[in-house]
Amino acid sequence: MAVVTYAMALARALEEALVADDRVALIGNNFGGLTAEQRHFDELGARFPDRIDHTPWSELANAGMAIGAATVGMRPVVDLVTASFVFQAFAQIVNEAPNIAYTTDGRTRAPAVFHMLAGIRGAGASQHSHRPQAMFWNTPGLQVAVPGTPGDAYGLMRHYLLEADEPCAFVSHPKLLEVEQEIADWEAERLAPGRGRIEREGADVTIIASSVMVTRSLEAAERLAADHAIDCEVLNLRTLAPFDDALVAASVTKTGRVVVADECFRSAGAGAEILARVAESHFASLRAAPRRVVAPDVPVPFSPVLEDAVTPTAERVVAAVAEACAR
Amino acid sequence: MQKSWLRRMLVVRRFEEQLIVLHEAGELAGHYHVCIGQEGTAIGVLAHAGPDDVVYTTHRNHGHLLLRGADPERLFAEILGRSTGYSRGRSGTLHLSAPELGVPWSSALVGGNVPQAIGAAYALARLRPGSIAVCFFGDGAFEEGAVFEALNTAAVLGLPVLFVCENNGLAEDHGAAGAFPTSSTAAERLIDLSGAFRIPSVGIDGIDAHVVSETVARLAHEVRGGGGPRFVETASVRWPGSRSLWPALTGGRFRIEWLTGETDPPAEIAAWTRTGDPLRPLHERLLAAGETSRDELHAIDAEVRAEIERAAARAVAAPMPTAEAAFDTQAGAA
Repeated sequence: MAVVTYAMALARALEEALVADDRVALIGNNFGGLTAEQRHFDELGARFPDRIDHTPWSELANAGMAIGAATVGMRPVVDLVTASFVFQAFAQIVNEAPNIAYTTDGRTRAPAVFHMLAGIRGAGASQHSHRPQAMFWNTPGLQVAVPGTPGDAYGLMRHYLLEADEPCAFVSHPKLLEVEQEIADWEAERLAPGRGRIEREGADVTIIASSVMVTRSLEAAERLAADHAIDCEVLNLRTLAPFDDALVAASVTKTGRVVVADECFRSAGAGAEILARVAESHFASLRAAPRRVVAPDVPVPFSPVLEDAVTPTAERVVAAVAEACAR
Repeated sequence: MQKSWLRRMLVVRRFEEQLIVLHEAGELAGHYHVCIGQEGTAIGVLAHAGPDDVVYTTHRNHGHLLLRGADPERLFAEILGRSTGYSRGRSGTLHLSAPELGVPWSSALVGGNVPQAIGAAYALARLRPGSIAVCFFGDGAFEEGAVFEALNTAAVLGLPVLFVCENNGLAEDHGAAGAFPTSSTAAERLIDLSGAFRIPSVGIDGIDAHVVSETVARLAHEVRGGGGPRFVETASVRWPGSRSLWPALTGGRFRIEWLTGETDPPAEIAAWTRTGDPLRPLHERLLAAGETSRDELHAIDAEVRAEIERAAARAVAAPMPTAEAAFDTQAGAA
């Protein structure tokens, strides 16, 4: 039984992919960002110096390079570091890669992985705190990975590097890098994209979560059980595209109450789409208005006090669930 | 110098003319671009790209596809949105592809293909050493930042890519009423821009396929040998039919007699026929070498015209896709 961090699990996936397939290559290798966890990727870099290229700070060219390499048979992952820089590369990620398989009728494919550290990371201020997953989800042809656990990071990165046909925006939350998990069976973590997990079973209310909100929702669920006698079911979506509609359907039908926990901004965020799906498909099952715990529509401020005011925390999940369950 | 180039150049010319006719007849939805006037560059460059090499082209891509061996009928069908096209009507002219011919796809964004071309080079260096990526783009692409990032990255990593900047002189008409919208760069010579990244760069006449071929033979050899990227700017004269926003058959369809002197071209096309038409230097070189004759030129053209008209007619008659076909490869799962 091994206790691993998110970063260690991600590094393990990269290592396994590099060993398994010569076509896998890394464009950039700063997956650990500013954390001490970067050491796992430095060790990887030392082991595979010929498989990792360090490119200029040119995210647009780096992303396009990964796409072009993928169209002729490679399986690259490009590390875009903090998601603030992903906007420099947006033209390639959202208006080039996702169109290739479709417009060529599947004759050319571009299975490039675009990895980024994205989320309210602590003192990132407005530009370094983005959660761009909803923008990616608005782009057909692009898969969107939002791992909530170390096991998710391992299974999904391994899948996208070794098996996927589609390009993927791989969104790792910086606050998950040091989160730990005991993993006994690595194979069990190799769940396909579009398959979410029930992280905690419960009868009273469904919390639909992704990325860092999985951790916060589980924390909230424990407090709700202890303080409010509310039994929460916590879903971990793992990917937004494809979306696990079946998982949501089964849980909502059972509990009849929904709280969506999402770190995106409120307007047109991932939470908005999830709520729309719930309302459209499960209206008859709902016993209370569905709610969302999201970031308000203001840029993320710098000062810790101000940042905390806009962060969807476990406390805010507790409050929303309590409201949803109030009679 | 190859005699087969004459036929191939005529295929491209007649294909593009036929498209303009089809558009005027209402068969073609949307905007499109033709490459008349740039055939000399296409032929001279692609003469040195083998089957294992990869070509990244632009929105002005019909000639490149045809010269890589694309079937005119399937190409017409795709451009007309028919179910028998290369992508069953999903791409139209803008995203034409033929991966089996080394053309993975076309980006329709100015400069969008350049980072992808260096990625193809990055992959070829690992997967098929000795193969190269050829990246076509227009002079207007130098207005996009992606091109500068890609040139620098290709130079830093020493990637096997040949950049071909097709300077078709669009910038001349900046702001003219009804003209193709374009602006320009403050740089006097485009090769100074690539040269600043220490990419060996050369500017040449892009009208004469023979000149292009001689230069590209050397550059492609250097790239293939691991010398890193090379850059060539090929200058052509804009075809009058591409001056307007929508392509037009200015002066009517091209006539062989304009080349042979049997008749004079109409005034609106005369200057270009004299100094800008890539068919002229090719024809004159072959004539001087005794490799062709006026009669043979007429005979080849008659064959090509019949072939292109037949291909176009079949494409026009082909069925449109069914509406359900829009959904069957949402994630490219055909």
